[in-house]
Amino acid sequence: MPAARTGRRAARGAWFGAALAALITAVALSVIVGANPLHPGAVLDTVFGGGSAESRFVVWEQRIPRTAAGLAVGAALGVAGALMQAFTRNPLADPGLLGVNAGAAFVVAVGITFFGVTSPLGYVWLACAGALLLTVAVYAIGSAGGRAAGPVRLTVTGVAIGAVFAGLTTGLTLTHPDAFDRMRGWSAGSLLERGVDVVLPVLPLVLVGLALALWAAPGLNSIALGADVARSQGVSVRRIQLVTLAAVTLLAGSATAVAGPLVFVGLVVPHVVRWTLGTDQRRIVLGSMVLGAVLVLAADVLGRIAVLPSEMPVGVVTAFVGAPVLIILVRRRSATAL
Amino acid sequence: MSSPTRPPNSPLQAAGLGVRYDRRSVIDDLDLAVPPGSFTVIIGPNACGKSTLLRALAGLLPAASGTVLLDGRDIASYPAKDTARRLGLLPQSAVSPEGITVAELVARGRYAHQRLLRQWSVADEAAVTDALRLTDVADLATRRVDELSGGQRQRVWIAMVLAQQTPLILLDEPTTYLDIAHQIEVLNLLHDLNGQGRTVVAVLHDLNHAARYASNIIAMQDGRIVAEGPPATTITAELVAEVFGLANVVISDPLTGTPLVVPADTRRPHPVAAGN
Ligand SMILES: Nc1ncnc2c1ncn2[C@@H]1O[C@H](COP(=O)(O)OP(=O)(O)OP(=O)(O)O)[C@@H](O)[C@H]1O
Ligand SMILES: [Mg+2]
Repeated sequence: MPAARTGRRAARGAWFGAALAALITAVALSVIVGANPLHPGAVLDTVFGGGSAESRFVVWEQRIPRTAAGLAVGAALGVAGALMQAFTRNPLADPGLLGVNAGAAFVVAVGITFFGVTSPLGYVWLACAGALLLTVAVYAIGSAGGRAAGPVRLTVTGVAIGAVFAGLTTGLTLTHPDAFDRMRGWSAGSLLERGVDVVLPVLPLVLVGLALALWAAPGLNSIALGADVARSQGVSVRRIQLVTLAAVTLLAGSATAVAGPLVFVGLVVPHVVRWTLGTDQRRIVLGSMVLGAVLVLAADVLGRIAVLPSEMPVGVVTAFVGAPVLIILVRRRSATAL
Repeated sequence: MSSPTRPPNSPLQAAGLGVRYDRRSVIDDLDLAVPPGSFTVIIGPNACGKSTLLRALAGLLPAASGTVLLDGRDIASYPAKDTARRLGLLPQSAVSPEGITVAELVARGRYAHQRLLRQWSVADEAAVTDALRLTDVADLATRRVDELSGGQRQRVWIAMVLAQQTPLILLDEPTTYLDIAHQIEVLNLLHDLNGQGRTVVAVLHDLNHAARYASNIIAMQDGRIVAEGPPATTITAELVAEVFGLANVVISDPLTGTPLVVPADTRRPHPVAAGN
């Protein structure tokens, strides 16, 4: 038996090794591949301080910030999905269930329609505000009547309020054609033109969200055994749930703010991680962080070269990759390991 | 009914305890002191409030009135991890996440002993190994919990509580689902743990097991304690008739001399087939 357990540990080590190798490859490709046909050698030269003025601009102002954005968005969505699935104890939950995306989209639509906001940085702040607004609303309504808001109440409230805001957003964009055009670009989910000015402000939010997720993971492990067991093991169930909610808001909110609503990443990534790494939330959070970043970066690189000379938004690519995986998941009978 | 004499140094007491779900009161003004080092068994009919009492004693349900005292202090005043290092509980129903292995599940009992930056220590490993061995599930360590039999699963859950290494262990119907041999095995395990100095409080439905293993019986009815004390004096035909509404005789267990409850034969005779 100890032999079997060490075997398992070795397998997990190999998993993280492979995932990190994939991550490094994805980062390298994201810096090297692009619409602008720079030679890989020239890119490498530029990264280490050389290069022409043009290649310096492409690499330092466009590709590296865009890669950082992909890393942050992918890690954030992967972990937000893992937290939502643990929080709701539903293996098919995704960060959008709490309505965070819908809230972000609504406030972005309001900004575009009534205040003429057009820059990605403007969208970032609007989306963050929307995510926060919606979480507070869901929490306030979910715990109305003086009763503690459990996962089920919060999720149902989130779905309901999210639907209302999605409807409002649709109504708004349908009645304002030029806003509709700009929303269309944002809501496909894209990393195009995400420069340092867009990535930098949300980076601290993502880091805090990831730290909270890791902090909550051991408690979520116990909560998976039932609230009574968790409490008698010394877990402050309320506190862990609040921290989890806060982390989901920070992570899903900032990811949506940077890239628009990306579907499937938060749903599929934690699932694949659970198949391969088991049920420990600490490992699931870490694994989802790495795999989420790999998926988003790979999808973004694919989108850059799939339909040259134009680009396919990363959100469309993740949907193409995610949909088949989702169908396989649903068809598998034991798709539910939590 | 408050008894005037209380054992000193009781690790777990209730004083004027009232517990309610929403507006419905289940337990009202209950006094209780678990004797230190005892094997206390709670008996009583379905829905009389045994699980509710156990959960309140473990600090999982807030007291609507009165207090629960853990080591002499209000249980509500302890930080959660502090309680969990003194008292472990196996609830009546627990869920296991799909795909979790036995070793992983048992390891989760170590939560209260872990720090954020020290997730796994030699002490954790030793506690889990001990718990697996004591409950005789070491051979199952790498198996998935959802692929075990009900009895194996029950022993794994007990192992998880043992891994918590608390001086006080509360178990709600730990022998349910077990065949007779494994019931005796689990009870012997609790007896051994009790012999090593741990105080054990268990809800049991089998009165004869309760009579044989308990050092202290608590009989409940409608959220009240109706009898308390050693089995020989508490488990009587009158008590069983009153609490369970069951006609019975109590004889002496031929092996241990403890009370043995034999239900009266209350079968209705079969109707004689007519027309023959
Ligand atoms: N979560 C709950 N919410 C509301 N009422 C509850 C809850 N749990 C138990 N009750 C009620 O409290 C009463 C006592 O239930 P409890 O579970 O304590 O009984 P018990 O003695 O453990 O029964 P059993 O032998 O069937 O396990 C019952 O009437 C039950 O319906
Ligand atoms: Mg019960």
